[in-house]
Amino acid sequence: MTHPHPDSPAVPPVPALALRGLAKRFGAKIAVDGINLDVPAGSFYGVVGPNGAGKTTTLSMATGLLRPDFGTAFIHGVDVWAKPLEAKKLMGILPDGVRLFDRLTGEQLVTYAGLLRGMDKEVVAQRVGELLEALDLGGDAGTLVVDYSAGMTKKIALASALIHAPRLLVLDEPFESVDPVSAANIRGILESYVASGGTVIVSSHVMDLVQRMCDHVAVVAAGRILAAGTVDELRGDASLEDRFVQLVGGGSRTEGLEWLRTF
Amino acid sequence: MVAHLLSLKWRLLLNGVRRSPAQLVGMAIGALYAFGAAAGLAVALVVLRWADVQTAHSAVVLGGAAAMLGWVLVPLLASAADMTLDPARFATSAIPMRQLLAGLALAGLIGLPGAATLVVALFTTVTWWRSVPAVGGALLGAVVGVLSCVVLSKVVTTATSSLAASRRFKDVSSIVIFVPLILMGPIFASVVQGVSRSTYYLPDLARTVSWTPLGAPWSIGGDLASGDVLAAIVKALISLATLGVLFVCWNALLKRALVTPPYSGGSGKRGGKLGLFGLFPATPTGAIAARSLSYWIRDPRYAASLLVIPLLPVIFLFQSAQAGSYSMLVILGPMGAFILAWSIAADVSYDNTAFALHLATGVRGVHDRLGRALACLSLAFPIVLIFAVGPFFLTGDWAWLPGILGLSFGVLFSGLGLSSIVSARYTSSVPLPGDSPFKKPPGNVAQTLAVQLGGMGVLLLLVVPEVVFVIVQAATGESAWGWVTLGIGLVLGPVLFATGIRIGGGWLDRRGPELFAQLIVNR
Repeated sequence: MTHPHPDSPAVPPVPALALRGLAKRFGAKIAVDGINLDVPAGSFYGVVGPNGAGKTTTLSMATGLLRPDFGTAFIHGVDVWAKPLEAKKLMGILPDGVRLFDRLTGEQLVTYAGLLRGMDKEVVAQRVGELLEALDLGGDAGTLVVDYSAGMTKKIALASALIHAPRLLVLDEPFESVDPVSAANIRGILESYVASGGTVIVSSHVMDLVQRMCDHVAVVAAGRILAAGTVDELRGDASLEDRFVQLVGGGSRTEGLEWLRTF
Repeated sequence: MVAHLLSLKWRLLLNGVRRSPAQLVGMAIGALYAFGAAAGLAVALVVLRWADVQTAHSAVVLGGAAAMLGWVLVPLLASAADMTLDPARFATSAIPMRQLLAGLALAGLIGLPGAATLVVALFTTVTWWRSVPAVGGALLGAVVGVLSCVVLSKVVTTATSSLAASRRFKDVSSIVIFVPLILMGPIFASVVQGVSRSTYYLPDLARTVSWTPLGAPWSIGGDLASGDVLAAIVKALISLATLGVLFVCWNALLKRALVTPPYSGGSGKRGGKLGLFGLFPATPTGAIAARSLSYWIRDPRYAASLLVIPLLPVIFLFQSAQAGSYSMLVILGPMGAFILAWSIAADVSYDNTAFALHLATGVRGVHDRLGRALACLSLAFPIVLIFAVGPFFLTGDWAWLPGILGLSFGVLFSGLGLSSIVSARYTSSVPLPGDSPFKKPPGNVAQTLAVQLGGMGVLLLLVVPEVVFVIVQAATGESAWGWVTLGIGLVLGPVLFATGIRIGGGWLDRRGPELFAQLIVNR
């Protein structure tokens, strides 16, 4: 990715993503309970939380996939739910747990994503080639995505999210089932993207990864933000994992299960 | 263990209903329908109690055999195989095969079709309420017969869903199996006609069928009522042997299905070939059309519906040859147009959650609708043209050509417009991407049915003008009315097409996230 982002923090700085009072309930269960969050432009932001904390629901509402019951989200100052088309131009998203058009080849799928965004044919063709090489998918560009492994599928979805050089990347569980080599590869791409002024939001429950990779982090549990700030502020002297367990609570119960040691 | 499986099935049924009010309503409609059908058949069986033995015997045997055929064909044809207790899910839980089979077979009775069949079958004991042995025989026959129905349908679905492990083979086989199934009509018709030429063919047919595995269990009660003990014993043995053989087959198929490892991808292929994306204009609409058309060819769920098309003329030619008149062939054009236009009414449901890409890229609703409709149109237009013109080379009645052309294109364009609206607003429960066209997720089948039937009703209303003038031409014999039909079809059709695209596109723009939320429910 060589796309420049010259507009480094202006005055006053507009956050890359601003969530305002986002809330969503599914039946009797409140999945997201009024979340406010500012993601500064140019940051590498981690969203961590236990399973079922509302991470995916929050990110879906922030990216225009799921209509919130209350509140809204702003991408670089553009209201996602008032001007969805404009906001969607600014971001690339990798949703978790959704299918791809997997009867296309990898190359066709990324091309499709580019053309859907109304991009020029030549630009798409050139970027698709570079993206596939950068993600080490060049050798399988002509294979149907349905025959890809889980990790390759994640990577091709990432390529589809990057094709239009978005200013904000929202990645839900991007490293799930990705092998360490590919993960390092993806991390390198994301880091240079952030270095050139882009903003990345990743959700994950691998604390080590977030601690190493992100500069900011928000801890979500039970549909609320428990803490948010820079990684160093949040963790203090402890590791992020310890701090996380401390914030979310529980986890230290090791009595019981004696039978597991008796075979 | 059997009890566990039964309670699991019951729990799944209840929880499926609990998932959304729509599914509760769907389930209620389905239950009402099943109850009505079962009650009607039960009353008929009670009435047969006072019929003479011969008639009652024939009716019960033929009805039972038809039910058994239904249990084979419905899962295949309506792709409504009940996969709530997919045996593959028990692969890791170390359940003894014997108990697994028994549990799954009995669990097949929980649910509307199973319960309805069981109740109706048990009513045959009322029909044979003529002597103690007859009632006993009918009871045995009913139990064995219903179990055979369930196991037979399991054997067929297991066989078709585990034909081979590779995706490519699965794709091809799941399409190819449609051919004999669709041609079954003509095949069956010729068999029936052969039989019907003989006098008193129904009792004869029943007598023959009663010696086959299909009819044997349903015949035991009747044979005992008419005092033919030997025949009853032999048929009881046939029924039990059939059930045994079916269990053995199922056991073997399931064993193979459970240990066959999933197919892991082939060798890598370099890129450079964009396929249809190179042919269509590089715009959102063009890209969507290219993607849709690729799916028509590559996705067995679409390809299967495309395969029906060339078989239509075969079926009609067969029937015309039997009837000795080719005039019915003219319906091919409108019918092909109807099937093809309506086939994209569940387009977004077929995308499943992959639709997220359209939502995320902020593609405009109109582009989405138009691309999908154009992909379908590029296939449908030549096909409908051939279907509309072709029959006239056989009938020679060219005066009807303009009218039939007008009706065909009216149906095609109006249908595409309506489909574009329906698929932007309503989801249907369809086989998931990658699944065989036969496999269907459990749940709101009734909602799907309501959407499909309602949509088809509206489509009939939309083409009323064309239909009226076709009727006028038939009534007056004045061929000028055919040209009026053609004019209406070529004007009204495209107008409704454009309107459908606009309305559907607008709905998609406004309700995209809501539509996506519906898709996630069916994931």
